[in-house]
Amino acid sequence: MKRSNEPIFWSLFGAGGMLAALIGPALVFITGVGVPFGLFFPPDTMSYAHMLAFSQHWLGKVFLLAVIALFMWHAAHRIAILLHDFGVHAVAPIKFCCYGLAFLGTVIAGYTLLSLGS
Amino acid sequence: MSIQRPYVRSMDGWWKRNAYYVRYMAREVTALFVAAYALVLLVGVVRLSQGEAAFNGWLQALKTPLSLAFHLVVLATFVYHTWSWFNIMPITMPMMFIGGKRVQPGTITRAGLAAAVVACAAVFVIVRGISS
Amino acid sequence: MADTGKIIEIEILRYRPEQDEAPVLQTYKVPFTDDMSVLQGLQYIKDYLDGTVSFRWSCRMAICGSCGMMVGGKPKLACKTFLRDYYPGKLRVEALAHFPVERDLIVTVKDYVKRLEGIKPYLIPKETRTLEEGEYLQTPQQRDRVMQFSACINCMLCYAACPQYGTNPKFIGSGHMAILDRYNSDSRDGGREQRMEPVNEEDGVWGCTAIGYCSVVCPKQVDPAHAINKYKIESTMDYFTRFVTPGGGDK
Repeated sequence: MKRSNEPIFWSLFGAGGMLAALIGPALVFITGVGVPFGLFFPPDTMSYAHMLAFSQHWLGKVFLLAVIALFMWHAAHRIAILLHDFGVHAVAPIKFCCYGLAFLGTVIAGYTLLSLGS
Repeated sequence: MSIQRPYVRSMDGWWKRNAYYVRYMAREVTALFVAAYALVLLVGVVRLSQGEAAFNGWLQALKTPLSLAFHLVVLATFVYHTWSWFNIMPITMPMMFIGGKRVQPGTITRAGLAAAVVACAAVFVIVRGISS
Repeated sequence: MADTGKIIEIEILRYRPEQDEAPVLQTYKVPFTDDMSVLQGLQYIKDYLDGTVSFRWSCRMAICGSCGMMVGGKPKLACKTFLRDYYPGKLRVEALAHFPVERDLIVTVKDYVKRLEGIKPYLIPKETRTLEEGEYLQTPQQRDRVMQFSACINCMLCYAACPQYGTNPKFIGSGHMAILDRYNSDSRDGGREQRMEPVNEEDGVWGCTAIGYCSVVCPKQVDPAHAINKYKIESTMDYFTRFVTPGGGDK
């Protein structure tokens, strides 16, 4: 039987999972609770001007792309396995859809971030 | 004597058979929330590229009670992800010996959880710092 | 047998292919004392109540690996599980999960054995060594590196614990990976490359989703979950470095 290509997706899963485990809770709190409701953070932290400046800096682009893309690749791998565990056994279509969506998300994020210029 | 007719038992609903499996499924289900949050961020980035009015629309949506409830649920699942991630992570690592003694999985878990606390604190500090 | 008056109900999932379409439960009332194992309960049933009940056993002391079965829904060695822990409830005993049932509590093991042979579970010396050169020397740390995984008694409880194996009987499983690593990690061994092909396949380590229940049920604290997940990193590193490795890495 041939060697599996799982290492590619497992590596992306691992990177996304590690990133989510290390800074995920902080990010969710900041963007979803702290800033919108002015808790511990000035309410204009995520203003258009601030976020545009952040995403025009190459570090901001790298950070946003890493978070969005890696979270999606992590979720895609786990959701594909979850579907298998629930008894959906169409392995190839599931992988195609899950990884395909993650790929699409990555492309959209990358293209959009690049289009924002510097 | 023997008729050989091996009987294969069903695997339907296997994950309901004991608490350990249910906890495993809970861990895997966190992925749905990670995906949902990534999607929220992706929408934000796209709205950013569509100009100030579009982005402000996204910001306004974050201030609704529905968004708050959603993010609180997502926050809880992310915390559970962090917990379950560092609990399972040691099994992927090679056996490590320090001073001739085997490094225990619990040590690695605690180190990982500590790193997460430090990393989250660092994110808070950096965001506070940049925004002022 | 001393008559203590305590009786436990043992419910066995019977299967006699010559008369049963599907497995059926049968209950026996077994008098017991606190020192009796589930295996001794089964032996009482076979000796005094129903001679047709079939089950495997040998050493009675958790080293041969023969008496693995589902006790109260969990994979256990019958000789290492005690009736007193289930009294006064009813105790259900079934054949080891995720394996086809041959008869009563006996499962088909030939696939397990065949797959075990496939991982080359024996030392393949790094270099040939003459008798005159004397014995191999190992440091305590080199020996510690292999001790844990060498404790495996092939009882198959880890396979009964693994739903990925249950849904895909071609999956290599964590038990074999522990044994494989025991040989790969032995300082005397040079056979790693020969063992890696089944590891890198879809049904190799990549069938594992890190549930970890296998290590919970292992009666010898082998921690097979660690063994198989360790190889995910090795398989991944080899996957990416094989293009720059002389000899092309593992298959």
